Amino acid sequence: MKQRGATRTLLVAALYLAVLLVLGNTLIPFIGPYYTQVLIFIGINIILAVSLNLILGFAGQFSIGHAGFMALGGYTSAALSFYVLAPLLAGFGTGGLISAISEPAALAVSLLVGGLAAALAGLLVGIPTLRLRGDYLAIATLGMGEIIRVVILNTDFVGGARGFTDIPRWTTFTWVFLLAGLCILVVRNLIASTMGRALIAVREDEDAAAAMGINTTRHKVFAFVLGAFFAGVAGGLQAHYLQYLHTNSFTFLRSIEIVVFVVLGGGGSITGSVIAATVLTILPEALRGAESWRMVIYSALLVVMMLTRPQGLMGGREFQWSWLLPGMKKK
Amino acid sequence: MSTLLQIDDLHVSYGAIRALRGISFKVDKGAVVTLIGANGAGKSTLLRTISGLLRPKQGQILYWADGNGGSEQPCRLSDLQAHDVVRKGVAQVPEGRIIFANLSVKENLQMGAFTRNDKAGIAQDMDYVMSLFPRLAERIKQNAGTLSGGEQQMLAIGRALMSRPRLLLLDEPSLGLSPVLVQTVFATIRQINGNGTTILLVEQNAHMALTTAQTGFVLETGTIALSGPCSELLHSDDVRRTYLGEN
Repeated sequence: MKQRGATRTLLVAALYLAVLLVLGNTLIPFIGPYYTQVLIFIGINIILAVSLNLILGFAGQFSIGHAGFMALGGYTSAALSFYVLAPLLAGFGTGGLISAISEPAALAVSLLVGGLAAALAGLLVGIPTLRLRGDYLAIATLGMGEIIRVVILNTDFVGGARGFTDIPRWTTFTWVFLLAGLCILVVRNLIASTMGRALIAVREDEDAAAAMGINTTRHKVFAFVLGAFFAGVAGGLQAHYLQYLHTNSFTFLRSIEIVVFVVLGGGGSITGSVIAATVLTILPEALRGAESWRMVIYSALLVVMMLTRPQGLMGGREFQWSWLLPGMKKK
Repeated sequence: MSTLLQIDDLHVSYGAIRALRGISFKVDKGAVVTLIGANGAGKSTLLRTISGLLRPKQGQILYWADGNGGSEQPCRLSDLQAHDVVRKGVAQVPEGRIIFANLSVKENLQMGAFTRNDKAGIAQDMDYVMSLFPRLAERIKQNAGTLSGGEQQMLAIGRALMSRPRLLLLDEPSLGLSPVLVQTVFATIRQINGNGTTILLVEQNAHMALTTAQTGFVLETGTIALSGPCSELLHSDDVRRTYLGEN
């Protein structure tokens, strides 16, 4: 049974990758830079929402410092690419074939390092703060996000208040959605595991979870570190797409925006996070016609949404194929 | 009989408030021991300290997994964290039926076996819990939050049993249950004890507790006011006036 599940996951992954490659080479050149950018932001926001959902929705830890991890990951990977990888690549020369291989490889290294930097920060911050509960944790993570931002703002090495410019443009549509898919896959498999069950137990009741023999602090820190890792990757993707980073993009408001994705989609639902991140990325763009009323309408929609469906769009449930194909029953 | 749990001069405080002021007692292997007392006497505090959710300020909790008859060194539970206490074979049923409301009955029971890896043993204990509480078998796939109060209490007890404990700590299993259900739950407690699990029972329902246990302690504002065999406590004037509502 296990074997079959793994084979199916591999097949779906291969199919997904093939679709992404085809779309990246046909659809993306066709739709032009504006729509491509919206699509890329959707992908980045999906990574942010799903990774925060792991911390907030599944493990139940109210963290509002996700933008801080994103900033740390973004700046780290950008600095690595700008100072080390790009000069190295330039040394190889720029041919069609050479850059087709070297750029994705460099991006992968850069994103991995950025993610690890954010994960390390998550570990250092998580160990002391995750002993706190509820409001205190929210305030501690809020403070942490701001500290990261202000430290970067005062670091000349990465541009400081001027912003970090001339980051190589390596992020592509295919990369963003490949990593979004990976993030969803990792979180989904984690939740289905014993570890994930333990995280949900911690969310439901920490004392009862401890009474089951679950090391609650260790589980919370694990979720926090993994969430921070993907936030760092998302930051790296953004850096290598916009080619410019400024700490203003990573304020407390950005963290709140990610919290809104999770809450609106429904805490504890990966599908919900994906839908909410997609809809809430498109909505402000679609409302551009309304000009100065744009954000008023956007906010009003959020209020209406929360009044009518306080448990979020999906309310903790996941999408199942049987909804589309009534004949298919979950075995 | 050999001692399973020994508590020496235990002091526990919540900040400046002293909840337990020097408690000492023993629990024999295979026994049902009960602690009765009014609200705020420190009953739950004591159980939460044994299970590692609270830290004592002074005193120690000693535990011998196989009773202190053998050569085995005692384990100081008061030095362990809650998740390690469970691994030693001490399981707690927390007060107020704290179950995982958004997980199914089956998943709740699986969480109870979190510390174990032996699939066959877990399946065997799952059957054991189902035989103790047939109602849970009927509702195995249901979300635990949709169970009735009595069923939730059964689930909480069943979940604790899934760690195959040597010592079961029960915190007010009769809380908020109808008289008929209280009878059922206590009959099951006797059955669990009959199968070899030692039980430390904290109760406000003094009559049920004293007729179920062999040894009893009366806790008053953090100290042990009375102790003795339950048959004696049932006939003690103090207990009858204060806890059994007789004159």
